[in-house]
Amino acid sequence: MMSVLDFDYMLGLVPVLLRYLPLTLQMAAVGMALALVLACGLAVIRVLRIPGLNAATLLFISFFRGTPLLVQLFLFYYGLPQLLAFLTQINGITATIMGLTLHFSAYMAESIRAAIVGVDRSQTEAALSIGMTNGQLMRRIVLPQATRVAVPTLMNYFIDMIKATSLAFTLGVTELMGATQKEAAGSFLYFEAFITVAVFYWVIVELLAWCQRRLETRLNEAYRR
Amino acid sequence: MIKVQGLVKRFGGVAVLDGIDLAIEQGEIIVVIGPSGTGKSTLLRCLNFLERPDAGHLTIGDLEVDVTRASRADMLEARRRTAFVFQNYALFANKTALGNIAEGLIVVNRWPKQKAHARAREILERIGLTDKADAYPASLSGGQQQRVGIGRAMAAQAEVILFDEPTSSLDPEWVEEVLALMKQLAHERQTMLVVTHEMGFARDVADRVIFMEGGRIVEQGPPSRLFGDPQDPRTRDFLRKVLANQVSLEST
Repeated sequence: MMSVLDFDYMLGLVPVLLRYLPLTLQMAAVGMALALVLACGLAVIRVLRIPGLNAATLLFISFFRGTPLLVQLFLFYYGLPQLLAFLTQINGITATIMGLTLHFSAYMAESIRAAIVGVDRSQTEAALSIGMTNGQLMRRIVLPQATRVAVPTLMNYFIDMIKATSLAFTLGVTELMGATQKEAAGSFLYFEAFITVAVFYWVIVELLAWCQRRLETRLNEAYRR
Repeated sequence: MIKVQGLVKRFGGVAVLDGIDLAIEQGEIIVVIGPSGTGKSTLLRCLNFLERPDAGHLTIGDLEVDVTRASRADMLEARRRTAFVFQNYALFANKTALGNIAEGLIVVNRWPKQKAHARAREILERIGLTDKADAYPASLSGGQQQRVGIGRAMAAQAEVILFDEPTSSLDPEWVEEVLALMKQLAHERQTMLVVTHEMGFARDVADRVIFMEGGRIVEQGPPSRLFGDPQDPRTRDFLRKVLANQVSLEST
């Protein structure tokens, strides 16, 4: 006969896991910030088709989109130190942030590029016609409009990234997932442990989705008829 | 005073503008008419360097440029001296009506925001949209959007405002308010170069009407002469078609 869920154990797990929540959020936040900066750079290279860099960007995107994140993480954590001696010090957290940044920036670059290209050509012409420079029209007209288009997909990637931080446990990082794994191994209450951590991720993502809806409402203000 | 000499623009080997010579006096209102695809819009776009001409000489006030050798700075200067009103309004979608009018003053002329907004409010009053200052383009009617488009051009205080078929995208109900605003500007002797199919506007407002076909100026003169006694058979042919259309429309 199946045993009933051990609710007391699950409740007791909550404060334990809460201690590892900051690390999970920190990896996701730093990864997202770095990925955004990198993705914007890559997108601008793609939009302006800067010679040389454009080809390198295409190769970068192709590789990081074309291979599994887990493979990339192992490559950074276990592989790179063998190749480059100065990386022997790389720890799991740094490797995870590196992997998340590179992996997600490849996806995000494409959605930012699409958002920039999607801004109507007439907006650029109108800005040029009143004598704006290319930099001015990008900053004042095109990027603000592209942001509105890009935000929903970027938030989606952020959500995905938060969940992907759980892969850090394969590099020996004790974050939310790693902590759960250890707890479960000690108590043998696998279902209770993993359903608890699942709820953790779920709640984080739902909170983020709520922020996303508010942000989108604000960004859409100018476009309501 | 604006002077265009030997302006040529080719698209893929086809000369869309085939040597245009044109002088515009300050305060003059010129209407350009002609069949579609004869380079009327391209002429305006070349004056504003939205298209790069292939040959010709351009004088706008004290700015003189050989278009083939125009530097980035020359093009910026030419654009600042010519304002453009687009067929599809092309208002900045992320800016309010006030913001659209003030944008150039703030970014291009580097006015303090307050001063730019004060000027923009004056212009909103002149175009009759004071109550729409904080409205975004998406919530404005076509006619209101085009009036803001004209307001944006007015704010630039350019030597000339270039109108590229300003009423062609409008639902018929909005055409009149836009034409009325253009007439008001004409009355104030704002220098204007207008490409339009509104023959009534050309007849009533223009100092000079230019008929273009095949990338060239075929015939030009005061509206009374161009409409009353066209010399070139191509002009007569075009006017017969257009006016017949308008009459038949009016009689139905």
